Amino acid sequence: MKSAAAAPPYTLNHPRWYRKRVSTYWWLQRWEYLRFVLREISSVFIAWFVVLTLLQIYAVSQGPEAYDKFQNFLKNPLVLALNVVSFFFVVFHSITWFNLSARAMAIRVGGKRVPGFLISGPNFAAWLVISAVIAWLLLRG
Amino acid sequence: MADTIKLEVSRYSPETDAAPHFQGFEVPFRRDWVVLDALNYIKDKQDGSLTYRWSCRMGICGSCGMLVNGEPKLTCATFLADYAPSPIRVEPLRNFPVVRDLVIAMNDFMRKLQRMKPWLIRKEEKPVSEGEYLQTPAELEAYKQFSMCINCMLCYAACPVYGLDPLFSGPAAIALAQRYNLDSRDQGANDRLPVLSQHDAIWGCTFVGECTRVCPKHVDPAGAIQQYKLTAALDWVKSVVMPWGGK
Repeated sequence: MKSAAAAPPYTLNHPRWYRKRVSTYWWLQRWEYLRFVLREISSVFIAWFVVLTLLQIYAVSQGPEAYDKFQNFLKNPLVLALNVVSFFFVVFHSITWFNLSARAMAIRVGGKRVPGFLISGPNFAAWLVISAVIAWLLLRG
Repeated sequence: MADTIKLEVSRYSPETDAAPHFQGFEVPFRRDWVVLDALNYIKDKQDGSLTYRWSCRMGICGSCGMLVNGEPKLTCATFLADYAPSPIRVEPLRNFPVVRDLVIAMNDFMRKLQRMKPWLIRKEEKPVSEGEYLQTPAELEAYKQFSMCINCMLCYAACPVYGLDPLFSGPAAIALAQRYNLDSRDQGANDRLPVLSQHDAIWGCTFVGECTRVCPKHVDPAGAIQQYKLTAALDWVKSVVMPWGGK
């Protein structure tokens, strides 16, 4: 038997729990977490597109000269780069949003839950159709 | 096929260690062995002091949840063969205080679960002589998925919100509240609403969705939380539009 001096101190029903701090970079440790953080950050780019659209509407209301100025602003390489990045984030945001909508809505018909693709599917279809109509309106010359 | 496989097991002794460390063990590699079998082998043959929780070996008791290579898993359902030949890292569940080796303290989860009142609440109990509360298959179907929860806490280990904000009620507790809310025999939804609609409960969830991915019983806690957000929001709208009581 060990001598009393060498024995570890006895902890009487008062365990020393080990608590690990969450790393500041926890979101870099798994792809799933990074994907989530990117999804959340995408809202900043959505906000940027909203601001841009408001600026565009304002420029249109101020006449052709102001609109030309706005278009020149869009041609700035920095703005162009920001808008390309924003576009991908907005697409990512929309896809994840529609995919999640099926999980958040439990619609039951005749006691059975409607499968997810029947909820997200029409969302995607409406998105495509509306995008196509807008593209047609803008690009028909 | 190699004869043995290496397990790197997290060890922590509250009496002697300041922080956990890994200890390597060579165990026989058998195709029909799960990680829990390997841990039992270590405890029986190599180091009796290894401490971990387990009970049923069949994915029902929810005791043997651990991190296997960083992923929350029921060790009774995680085969060595899926990881061989590389070493397997076994750690205690993330986001919980470690009591010893692979054992975590679950007090916080138990407290949160209890706050959700996860039992059937009746405004008035009917006497036994009137018989049982009957339920149609469709009424059972409405909550059955959430009733599959075995309280294994893998979802808490997967949830970064719980890791960052220990006040967050967490996936399983909310899913189980929803399990009773959706039960046709239950009349306690309004009792649970004040607890559920707090910032620390459903509104703390940012829909990372990891809880659902790791759930061994396919409960979909993330879905339960979002569905309840919808319920709580509609309830709020109703209370604004019909302040005289639409409940």
